[in-house]
Amino acid sequence: MLLIKEIFETNRMIAENKLDVRTITMGISLRGCSHPDIKVFCKNIYDKITMTAKNLVQVGEDIEAEYGVPIINKRVSVTPISVVAESCKTDSYVPVAEAMDKAAKELGINFIGGFTALVDKHETEGDLLLINSIPEALARTERVCSSVNIGTTKSGINMDAVRRMGLIIKRTAELTAARDAIGCAKLVVFCNAVQDNPFMAGAFHGVGEGSSAINVGVSGPGVVKRALEDVRGQSFDVVAETIKRTAFKVTRVGQLVAQEASKRLGVKMGVIDLSLAPTPAVGDSVAHILEEMGIESCGAPGTTAALALLNDAVKKGGLMAAQHVGGLSGAFIPVSEDAGMIAAVERGSLTLEKLEAMTCVCSVGLDMIAVPGDTSAATLSAIIADEAAIGMINNKTTAVRLIPVPGKKVGDKVEFGGLLGYCPIMAVNSFKADDFIARGGRIPAPLRSLTN
Amino acid sequence: MKIVVTIIGQDRVGIVAKVSTAMADVNVNVLDINQNIMNGFFNMVMIADMGAAKISLKELQQKLGEVGKEIGVEIKVQSQDIFNVMHRI
Repeated sequence: MLLIKEIFETNRMIAENKLDVRTITMGISLRGCSHPDIKVFCKNIYDKITMTAKNLVQVGEDIEAEYGVPIINKRVSVTPISVVAESCKTDSYVPVAEAMDKAAKELGINFIGGFTALVDKHETEGDLLLINSIPEALARTERVCSSVNIGTTKSGINMDAVRRMGLIIKRTAELTAARDAIGCAKLVVFCNAVQDNPFMAGAFHGVGEGSSAINVGVSGPGVVKRALEDVRGQSFDVVAETIKRTAFKVTRVGQLVAQEASKRLGVKMGVIDLSLAPTPAVGDSVAHILEEMGIESCGAPGTTAALALLNDAVKKGGLMAAQHVGGLSGAFIPVSEDAGMIAAVERGSLTLEKLEAMTCVCSVGLDMIAVPGDTSAATLSAIIADEAAIGMINNKTTAVRLIPVPGKKVGDKVEFGGLLGYCPIMAVNSFKADDFIARGGRIPAPLRSLTN
Repeated sequence: MKIVVTIIGQDRVGIVAKVSTAMADVNVNVLDINQNIMNGFFNMVMIADMGAAKISLKELQQKLGEVGKEIGVEIKVQSQDIFNVMHRI
């Protein structure tokens, strides 16, 4: 029989420590939708998405009410559009993004991911068309998310694509300048992108996936922080154990929700993504967990070690609680979406360089970082190249979601609203890498042994 | 389906009576009750079976929500599964 204290513990986690299921994301294959006429293609994908996911929001809300645990987002990811749209005879994929946006609105979901190209070695014509359509697509839609994979451990880094993405990010910022370059908040550049990620903006339904899948992203930074408050001053052995136990409990809830959603929607269960995903809400911060471990302000010496322990313990605790684990699975450190990170930037303890070091030991990368509007495309590309190199060499996913906000400089603030939060503009090293980025070509795939 | 009903609020006469009557009205069978009072705050957990209930979980949530409002306590109704998965392997 359940103990009264166990019941109150669960409800306290939900009510006070912001335990929630961050997202139920339905992956949908669009591989049957191809057509040479883009109008027919757009209708095909609209119909496919709205038919397959028509009950997603309702089922999510039912599960939320039944178990009393908030399910923050219900979302859809689709096959990379560059793959399924390539047979269209067209010079722009913007109408495809608009069809996705319309489908998302019809379903009542806040984001749809998959305006994606996978170009880790080279680009096809469809890939190039997609990449060139990104700025306008993100400017003309509200809910579409885009991602581009520019490298993998097995292929190396496509430096032509890296150079191009710097320009695309700049162009996207210009086209959405009136809204503080919000288009860039929906654009991720990946190395080692995963096929079953439920989290936006980088979600897409990989070509190795089935017709559809339910992937669930758990959360719970607040719950971990609260658990660590009880072991203040104790050794790291105790810290690691405490995080593992907490992650287990949090993940079991994610597993339950995934199982139920999969059963009720008649869609195969994909993976549980064991990520600690912060939100700008008070008490939902990854930075505050690191500070609870004894770091005065996130970014101070010791931060990378604290994050390494946290990331590893969350995975160890969560693994046993979930049937299948996948996605990004790691602690996220998006600056604008984490109240503790924002405060650390404002205090001056957290810099871009320290964030880069932190991404070596956690998921996912330089995420939701606003930089001065005059940051050049080549500098953005060089930052992408650095981050991709970390992913390539360490055999992990890394990503860059930078927002060069036109007209803003260091010290200014930008407000994206909602889950995207707000952010002080961060300083970027002002020395140039233009000649480095101008070279193009590929950085070869790395050696996988002799790995010191 | 087994459910967990949690009640939190200022202690007063008749909380248990009101809630259990409302549940009996719709044929929800109470299996276990656990309550204590800490610093004047009333905490109660009821485990009940909805197998023969006349209404759905959603409707029960609404009904008990109204009872809670009437007597000034917060009443939550959840499927027991969420507690089982979290605390039992």
